[in-house]
Amino acid sequence: MSIRDTQFSESAISVRGLRKNYGNVAVLNGIDLDVPRGSVFALLGANGAGKTTMVRILSTLTPPDAGTVTVAGHDLRRDPQGVRRKISLTGQYAAVDDLLTGEENLRLMARLSHLGRADGRTRTRELLERFDLVDAGARRAGTYSGGMTRRLDLAMSLISGPDIIFLDEPTTGLDPRSRQSMWEMVRRLVDDGVTVFLTTQYLEEADRLADRVAVLHGGGVVAEGTPAELKRLVPGGHLELTLTQPSELHHVARAFGDAVLDTERLAIQVPTDGSIGQLKSLLGRIDDQSVTVDTLSLHAPDLDDVFFALTDTSNASPIRNEATAR
Amino acid sequence: MITGIRSAVDDAAAMTGRSLTRMLRTPETMIMGVALPVMLLLLFVYVFGGAMQTRTGYLDYVVPGIILLCAGFGSSQTAVSVTGDMVHGIVDRFRSMPVARSAFLFGHVVSSVARNLVTSLVVIGVAVIMGFRPTAGPMQWLGALALIALFILAISWLAAALGLVADSEEAANGFTFLLLFLPYVSSAFVPTDTMPSWLHGFAENQPVTPVIETVRGLLLGTPVGDTALPAVSWCAGIAAVGAVWAITSFTRKTAR
Repeated sequence: MSIRDTQFSESAISVRGLRKNYGNVAVLNGIDLDVPRGSVFALLGANGAGKTTMVRILSTLTPPDAGTVTVAGHDLRRDPQGVRRKISLTGQYAAVDDLLTGEENLRLMARLSHLGRADGRTRTRELLERFDLVDAGARRAGTYSGGMTRRLDLAMSLISGPDIIFLDEPTTGLDPRSRQSMWEMVRRLVDDGVTVFLTTQYLEEADRLADRVAVLHGGGVVAEGTPAELKRLVPGGHLELTLTQPSELHHVARAFGDAVLDTERLAIQVPTDGSIGQLKSLLGRIDDQSVTVDTLSLHAPDLDDVFFALTDTSNASPIRNEATAR
Repeated sequence: MITGIRSAVDDAAAMTGRSLTRMLRTPETMIMGVALPVMLLLLFVYVFGGAMQTRTGYLDYVVPGIILLCAGFGSSQTAVSVTGDMVHGIVDRFRSMPVARSAFLFGHVVSSVARNLVTSLVVIGVAVIMGFRPTAGPMQWLGALALIALFILAISWLAAALGLVADSEEAANGFTFLLLFLPYVSSAFVPTDTMPSWLHGFAENQPVTPVIETVRGLLLGTPVGDTALPAVSWCAGIAAVGAVWAITSFTRKTAR
């Protein structure tokens, strides 16, 4: 890391006024972002929100239409090769060579990163060990399971020792166990001082991994902050009841003016801050209605609530209607 | 500057190594590169050959044509592998690395030339076993192989360009059909003067015929005459057009 880099900014990635159009569609319409060094930044958005476009621009694959972008201290437009020397990209679809073995894939990356023979061999061995691929190293990548392929993909991204790593939907399509192990690997990257920029459509993933989260919607960043800050944007949790009789649903609803109804599922959501006192009084009032309650559950606000509150313009209530959201 | 060129050459070498390894592990390479040439030789010599009236023996006559035909088949594999890399995202990985821009296409083209040269040697080897007895001296051999290499280079660039234009591997395979068809409408398998006049005109003036005639002349000692210059010009021209087309397509496709 040069002196200039450290002086230049504390941000690993700095984006100002970024725009990208495809035809008449403004996919990214004036994005401002700062990703602090050594942090995990999650870009959250629905399919088609422009997450992949954002990653492609930041990793020098796609030129932006307008805006200033600095990645690892290098200007994206003036010095793309400088950016490429500091970053690594793991795309949405595993970019491994299926006809090469795991080891050959890593050696190829080492060679293309100009590591030198001895270094390349050492790094390859280290990464095979670290990603639990030693036994599979001599097998063609085409024979790997989904989880193994992702691990190889990530290992290939790390061969050059990048400062910043871009992960575009790193766990899409993985089984729960592979997802967990991918999360652990991302955390280890951070321990090594790597800055991680990831996109995801899984809110839990952003919540579990990210230091900061930005929600991309309609071409812009509609909210940005720590997961805790974002959760504060929605009023709170809710108590959900499901009933057995449609007539009783409206009966209960009349008693709770601020409740949200789902007539299909016979569900009613009553806002609560989750405190024992308030819950006690709510339950008391429900009991007074003398209706048959089928199920009862308490929902703390999570990023799902934030996401839907921010992106679902048709729903006036900040609390999502679960029947349509899932 | 010098280090830039050195690392560009190194990157291209790495990509070529990758492509060659992939080829050796693809079953089609053995089928297209070894089995097909042998089958075509047997087919043309023993099935069609008896009915052919050519000045030299038909085996001698047909060898250059089989070489070019096999190069056409080989080009489809090149196009398909270029498309595969574009479609399956590995190109994005290379492009996000500090790799010379030229390395990707060079790797495919160089490995394509290498593979098709091996196939050409297989054709010649099998033909010799079947009784092919070229009269060429070392210089003629060198000239013939150089022209074959130039022809292969030309269609390899063209195949790379077609692979970049295609949106799927199936389409890439289809696009190379024309490269396969040209040798049939040339002097590769029958003398062009046996064709109807309109076809004769086409066959005489398309790129494959002068290449065939020149290679045939060099190997069999028949007069090369005025076919050498058009042969080289056609090949160099196609190589240049193919390369420019491939490079501009690559730039355009990756600028989005």
